[in-house]
Amino acid sequence: MIRDAKLWTWHVLAGLVIFVFLGLHMLIMHLDDVVRIASLNPAGGHPIDWANVVARGKMIFFPITYTVLLGAALFHGLYGLKNILFELNLGDGVKRATAVVLALLGLGLFVYGTWAAFASLALARSL
Amino acid sequence: MDFANVKEVTYRVRRFDPDKDTAPHWEEYRIPYAPGMTVLDGLWLVKELHAPTLAWRSSCRMGVCGSCGMLINGSPRLGCNTQISELASTTVAVGPLPNFNIIKDLVPDLMPMLETHRQLLPFIVRDDHEEMEKPSGEFWQSPEELEHYLQFSYCIKCGCCMAACPTYATDPVYSGPMPLAQAHRYNSDSRDNGFAHRRQVLEGERGPWRCHFAGECSRVCPKGVDPAKAIQLMKRELVVDYFKLREQRCPARLAETPKGVVRREGIPEAPAPTVG
Repeated sequence: MIRDAKLWTWHVLAGLVIFVFLGLHMLIMHLDDVVRIASLNPAGGHPIDWANVVARGKMIFFPITYTVLLGAALFHGLYGLKNILFELNLGDGVKRATAVVLALLGLGLFVYGTWAAFASLALARSL
Repeated sequence: MDFANVKEVTYRVRRFDPDKDTAPHWEEYRIPYAPGMTVLDGLWLVKELHAPTLAWRSSCRMGVCGSCGMLINGSPRLGCNTQISELASTTVAVGPLPNFNIIKDLVPDLMPMLETHRQLLPFIVRDDHEEMEKPSGEFWQSPEELEHYLQFSYCIKCGCCMAACPTYATDPVYSGPMPLAQAHRYNSDSRDNGFAHRRQVLEGERGPWRCHFAGECSRVCPKGVDPAKAIQLMKRELVVDYFKLREQRCPARLAETPKGVVRREGIPEAPAPTVG
């Protein structure tokens, strides 16, 4: 069984990853007037203009960062949820079952999200 | 509130006798008030004038022994350390510390707290067993090293922090602020080498991980100890240790008696060592 010291450390690190990648999201999508990263919005104009969306969709950088962000967010959120549930004074059996269900849920969502991220890359490159 | 003209105060005391009662209940007593009276003084008057069977724990009457922790007007405090006048009310509600079972009236069962405390090895742990069993001198420690744990060593184990902790109130697995702060106190002591032993408990679910950092433990501590800080420092230390970055410390060596030095005139002799 993984001990809480490790899980908590990963929880904090995942929070840091979320902070960095959400910061990147803010820079690219919402602060483009302040910090213009031309290579990520090559068509100019607004970041959600179709040409920019397609251009970003063709970059391998995005599926990779989506996957990392998804993994971090899932771990951070589900570990937090597990702690909240465990504080309800569940029995040992229910605790184990809860941990397994949350781990499987996280794994399933991670696989599905990763597939979706890379499928979008293939879709964008086919346009 | 001005207590200059107050002659009487009302004590609302939470009573519970396990031999007679099925649940705790409140009883009220009027007692004479005199300037300088503490809540503990008032309890003695209640016992003397109205309720001879009223039970509580107390000993030193000077905020040192940690026996008289109780819930006073909704806040965990020491009865001996709390002036009635500082409560700003002529009604003093006194109950047993929450988060513990009640033995009788104002007497909480502190054994679960003390048992957890014991399991976290609240003493100097070293590998030189012979020196520990038969001390031959004192361990060397600098004032800077003392500062690392000094404030945490002021803890008197009164249980006020445990009574105020919202996590301890709801989570029976959580060790609570007092045992965790004391584990940190010894982990931070340069004479100690017991981190690896304490880590067996601390890195699991009984460690500091479920602390929500409400900070109530530090707010109510009658000795000004900051258990919330100790718990956050402990988290940091355990994370650093997880990454194998914790400084490996050799526990402090025995202090050697200076040799070949002559005492200057007018400087008194140092007191004799307390051990050896």
